[in-house]
Amino acid sequence: MSTDPYLLRVNGTDHRVGDGRPGESLLWVLRERLGFHGSKNACEEGECGSCTVLLDGQTVCSCLVLAESATGCEITTIEGVAGDEGLSDVQQAFIDTGAVQCGFCTPGLIVSIGALLDADPDPDDLTVREAISGNLCRCTGYGRILEAVNVAAAGRRNEGSAA
Amino acid sequence: MLNGRQHGGVSVTIATSLDDACAALAADPEALVLAGGTDLMVEVNRGSRRVGNVVALNRVPELGAWRRDGGQLRLGAGVTFGEISRPEIASLVPALAQAARTVGSPQIRNAATLGGNIATASPAADSLPVLVALDAVLELCSSTGRREVAVADFVTGVKQTCLLPGELIEAVRVPVLDGPQEFCKVGTRNAMVISVASLALLVDRGSRRIRVGLGSVSPRPLRATEAEEHISQRIDWDDGSRPDEAAVERFADLVAGSATPIDDHRSSARYRSHAVRVLAGRALERVLDEGAAT
Repeated sequence: MSTDPYLLRVNGTDHRVGDGRPGESLLWVLRERLGFHGSKNACEEGECGSCTVLLDGQTVCSCLVLAESATGCEITTIEGVAGDEGLSDVQQAFIDTGAVQCGFCTPGLIVSIGALLDADPDPDDLTVREAISGNLCRCTGYGRILEAVNVAAAGRRNEGSAA
Repeated sequence: MLNGRQHGGVSVTIATSLDDACAALAADPEALVLAGGTDLMVEVNRGSRRVGNVVALNRVPELGAWRRDGGQLRLGAGVTFGEISRPEIASLVPALAQAARTVGSPQIRNAATLGGNIATASPAADSLPVLVALDAVLELCSSTGRREVAVADFVTGVKQTCLLPGELIEAVRVPVLDGPQEFCKVGTRNAMVISVASLALLVDRGSRRIRVGLGSVSPRPLRATEAEEHISQRIDWDDGSRPDEAAVERFADLVAGSATPIDDHRSSARYRSHAVRVLAGRALERVLDEGAAT
């Protein structure tokens, strides 16, 4: 039993899902049907945030989105975060601060932190901790992740004052 | 309607108006109603919920709207906890916003809806203690008409409601009260936590009443009416003087006494009674500090 074809708009491009099955999550379809393997699958119940994507600009756990219900929405995955000119500032800050260990949580964290800084370019520590409270990292202890946020935020502030 | 796809006898309807949604539910009253998906998709992913026909509500504009009508706030059932957390709504129903901020994580709050939380009717639902304390009224609709039900009557048991086949929650109406409000919750950490005990305490200066709603300590959301009456009479609503310590202790005891908690995987009945007693005293002190009666 397969679904009728439907369209998902991922990172600015329409993708046809022609062989879906009823009840598939957006995460499953992104990874297994469309080849976007950047969003990770761990808990499948919204606890870990490793599947975080943007749906119409807002962070959601793609494991808790029924894939077909995202028809007509703009979906941004980690693959869509880097621009033509290279890595995003948050991605670069993760590299510069060594905020990655096993890397499994990294795509979700980068999507969450990008959304945070787009909404609030100068967040205080509590705001940052709250913004990433839905993204679990079991390696780093979060110290370097928080440092990466500060580095990226400082970069945006400098860019803003230079402009 | 964007989609009314059929596949192998199973359809996913993405309703784009309330009429669409009601019509789709009338055609199959047993269809799964999908709001934010944050509870339903967990069950689907686990394989513990069979996916039949689905009616998705995330594209129904009427459900996502809210407005203030004088002393009343009308929240569409599709308003998310993220939206409730923000200042526009938070300034009108502070305790509901506090409760909203304790739901899941930012990702969950961006998807999870007020109507979904009510319809799921978990004893641990974060919105329900506030809504019972506010005497919230639910507007229900179906293809055959509309009716209104008090939230306290809507939840009939653990994850049980009086929602009829083919019916949807359209909106939630609550009063905009004059006075400070508090929502407190006990859980294992600050984020991503399902409550062990929760309590909403609202000051209603207009009717000189303290209102108290409890969560996670009974099968249905509960009002602590005896405690409310006790403490409301011991606040001097004219000069704003505080009740004495004994009256506050008695209030906390009465709140704990109204709870009927159980032992389960998340906590024990004994701890829940203790926790809700502590929350009662704490919430009361906070609203008194904010000048409850003045």
